[in-house]
Amino acid sequence: MPHVVMTGVAARRLTGGVTEFDVEANTVRRMIAELDRRYPGLGAQIDESMAVAIDGEIFQDAYLAPLKPDSEVVLIPKIGGG
Amino acid sequence: MSYLDKEALKVVGTRPIRPDGIDKVIGRASFGADYTMPGMLWGKVKRSPHAHARILKIDVSKALRVPGVRAIVTAADFPNIANEEAFVGEGPMNFRDLSRNCMARDKALYDGHAVAAVAATSNAAAEEAAELIEVEYEVLPHVIDVEAAMAPGAPILHDDMLTQGVEPKPTKPSNVAKKITFTKGDIAKGFAEAEVVIERKYTTKPVHQAYIEPHACVVAVANDGQTTIWSSSQGQFMVRAYCAKLLGVDIANIRAMPAEIGGGFGGKTLVYLEPVAMALSKKSGRPVKLVMNREEVFRGTGPTSGGTIEVKLGAKRSGRIVAAELVLKYQAGAFAGSPVGPGCMCAFAMYDLDNVHITGYDVVSNRPKVAAYRAPGAPISSFGVESCLDELARELGIDPLALREMNAARDGTKTPYGPTLTNVGYLQTVEAARNHPNAKIPLGPNQGRGIASGFWFNIGGESSAAVHVNEDGTVAVVEGNPDIGGSRASMAMMAAEVLGIPYEKVRPVVGDTASIGFTFLTGGSRVTFATGMAVTQAAEKVVEQLKSRAAAIWDISPEAVEWRDGKAFPAGANAGSFEPLSLADIAIKSGRTGGPITAEVSINAQGAGPGFATHICDVEVDRETGHVKILRYTAVQDVGRAIHPSYVEGQIQGGVTQGVGWALNEEYIYDKDGRLENAGFLDYRIPVASDMPMIDAVMVEVPNPRHPFGARGVGEVPIVPPMAAVANAIADAVGARMRDLPMSPPKLRAELDELDPPRMAAE
Amino acid sequence: MSKHHVTTTINGEPTEYLCEGQQTMLDVLRDELGLTGSKEGCSSGDCGACTIIVDGDIVCSCLMLGVEAEGRKITTIEGVAEGDKLHPVQQKFLEHAALQCGFCTPGFIVAAKALLDQNPNPTEEEARYWLAGNLCRCTGYDKILRAVMDAAEVMRAEARR
Repeated sequence: MPHVVMTGVAARRLTGGVTEFDVEANTVRRMIAELDRRYPGLGAQIDESMAVAIDGEIFQDAYLAPLKPDSEVVLIPKIGGG
Repeated sequence: MSYLDKEALKVVGTRPIRPDGIDKVIGRASFGADYTMPGMLWGKVKRSPHAHARILKIDVSKALRVPGVRAIVTAADFPNIANEEAFVGEGPMNFRDLSRNCMARDKALYDGHAVAAVAATSNAAAEEAAELIEVEYEVLPHVIDVEAAMAPGAPILHDDMLTQGVEPKPTKPSNVAKKITFTKGDIAKGFAEAEVVIERKYTTKPVHQAYIEPHACVVAVANDGQTTIWSSSQGQFMVRAYCAKLLGVDIANIRAMPAEIGGGFGGKTLVYLEPVAMALSKKSGRPVKLVMNREEVFRGTGPTSGGTIEVKLGAKRSGRIVAAELVLKYQAGAFAGSPVGPGCMCAFAMYDLDNVHITGYDVVSNRPKVAAYRAPGAPISSFGVESCLDELARELGIDPLALREMNAARDGTKTPYGPTLTNVGYLQTVEAARNHPNAKIPLGPNQGRGIASGFWFNIGGESSAAVHVNEDGTVAVVEGNPDIGGSRASMAMMAAEVLGIPYEKVRPVVGDTASIGFTFLTGGSRVTFATGMAVTQAAEKVVEQLKSRAAAIWDISPEAVEWRDGKAFPAGANAGSFEPLSLADIAIKSGRTGGPITAEVSINAQGAGPGFATHICDVEVDRETGHVKILRYTAVQDVGRAIHPSYVEGQIQGGVTQGVGWALNEEYIYDKDGRLENAGFLDYRIPVASDMPMIDAVMVEVPNPRHPFGARGVGEVPIVPPMAAVANAIADAVGARMRDLPMSPPKLRAELDELDPPRMAAE
Repeated sequence: MSKHHVTTTINGEPTEYLCEGQQTMLDVLRDELGLTGSKEGCSSGDCGACTIIVDGDIVCSCLMLGVEAEGRKITTIEGVAEGDKLHPVQQKFLEHAALQCGFCTPGFIVAAKALLDQNPNPTEEEARYWLAGNLCRCTGYDKILRAVMDAAEVMRAEARR
């Protein structure tokens, strides 16, 4: 099951300090839904302020991005640019 | 489809003349300030002379009596927006802050903060009236510098600002908007294993993007509320969304037209004038033009942060880094939102480190709110980290390139901010730097060579593009990104390559918000990557249609048609024997085969591919004056695949030169009352032609498999290494370690005097 | 306040206009005559985006008053090409990709034309110092200098013919 790590963010308050999760999900949408079920409000927080790095590749606003059973998923602050 | 085989490409990788070039060399291109409308009024913004002041009263009676004045607006003419982050397709944005940055409400938070605006029938009348607007202030204590703003007892800018990211939740307001941390491994264990520990503090000043074109717009609001905006920005969809939110109108009522943009570098990714001009137009019933002068650009628009960078590195004598600690304090300006997050994330991204601890603080003070500037945040932290690495290399007696190589990130390296890197071209840049002839040129007295590396993520995002086949077989490409550095050429090249027709037969245009689907703004080095992907896919859809149209003409199955070199061919002997049909042959019959041939693609592009660079800077120091001359500059970068190599080189050369200005000259200077003292190009000195040598832009091509042509973003990473590269070169030249930017002549002179005190004449 | 009547020559055309005493030449060109090719980057003579040629000398038009054009011969960016034939500096700017945003380009082209009119064979250093009054934030000047030096070579070859 994909292992999810949350780094660098202020959302820890919503999870009581927990930053690593195992989430049974095969898309980003399902992962976010599951995290929001466990920690209400976290889904909105991810939507608004986080990007999702899946096996090293950064996805932003990508509900449909697939997750593999052994995917490494990292929630990082969203990235903009100049 | 993929077009990664470089040898097979006919258009991509060549250097054609950009399609908008002629207009720009004969003076016909229309930038924001070049638009006029019948009945148009001229606007002028009134700005606060105080760094921090409560606005007690605004009296406009005298100003209204100036002949020609038609409207005056203050914060009272804008909706009072609540403190909440909203999401409108351009990412999170606190619209309360944006609104109050465009027009101060209750308090002016920096010298130059807009407090009112006037529209009149002439520029002179508008200026006179703006002078006559009387604002009564209660001047409050102010704070400019980041560490002073964090100190206990500092004047507080926002009474409701409670630091995010600290436990327990604070109860008292602070100027620290946010604290963030990134941790990997065990930092204490790492330092315990270290044989050498080096700990340094570096500082940088805010620097402005200093695009040569000041902000400008013309806005016309009709009686029914339908609004047209012509403005120079990095995103017409951004302008539309922000104006709709700030004025409380439906997005459908705004059509934003992209003017040519005279530089942005991140500084035009938000609005300043457009909402104000819109309010003035609404109130006066006339179109309103608002143009900033240069002083307003410096005082009223966002530079990037200045900050402090505290670096502690622990290493083995071999050069292997075993612990790295970083504390960043970034100035956000008057509202929260410095780029400290990416500053934290990029600082060590080039390296494979086991034990890392990074802390970042986002700190408000009485300065203009920062705006994005090229790789936002990364140049600041990298100045510290790359300088410190150089100090470590000297301490250990290891060549700085070898030290970087020994600790380099590779595919599979886990970054300090979490993700495991893939598709990494960093070592290739180190190797190309080492092997470059410039790295071997002998140096003379007072000359030195500095090395530094840099990283930027690059982003993708939402993009739309349409490809229309014209009746004569020529092609129009419509895309949604303002062209800030030649991207129209790249779009046309990718379309031409896919369609198999000459570049000159494809004419690209930047569409307004009603002419093309939503497109995220031009920024983050995303356009050639993401919008290029949309253009490529739209062209591929057109090819599919062309094949089926040829099949209809030949009355065979579409699968029996193949597309090569801009023509349809029967796929094989079984398909039948037909003369090939060119795009023009098919286009002229498109009415008979189903109507116009056109395709629009909208995507959310992912997989931008990280950008890495390694720079070599050679300097010569004048010991008498402290002046630093850049002798030569070599910038090696993994560009994925250069679509139009000249414009890729141009991005690298431009980024380097901005970095050299940041390193040597540029800074915001405030007086004791918090007023900006150098709000002009005479005193805020950006590099000029005689300051620079030619810049060797060395393109390493490690194709990005996520892009059809292998492109990566290229615009941001070139500004990351230069500050440390210059500092390291100065240290190499004269042994002076400059840890405070800019490394201006007086500072370097002082440092040299300290190393080698001048003998007094009396002695 | 009555306006001043000015008779001058702009890009070879006899031109008359009315302007106010405080209006700069740049304001007159842009707002009265519709010649928006000259750009305003600073209005203090520091950036060179408004460079024009007045009787053979380059001038920041933001530092000149409209009334001062009386009896002068003025060339703006709109008058650098001859009909549809680009000046070599313009052509070389295109070929060398010497512009990115293109905002400073008119000023650079006017200044470079004036340089090559006076000195057909400048060294790179001479060209760099001549153009030091024109700011470009996009290119780092590399390709601009290459374009100017290349244009000089083309013009010398044309002059020999």
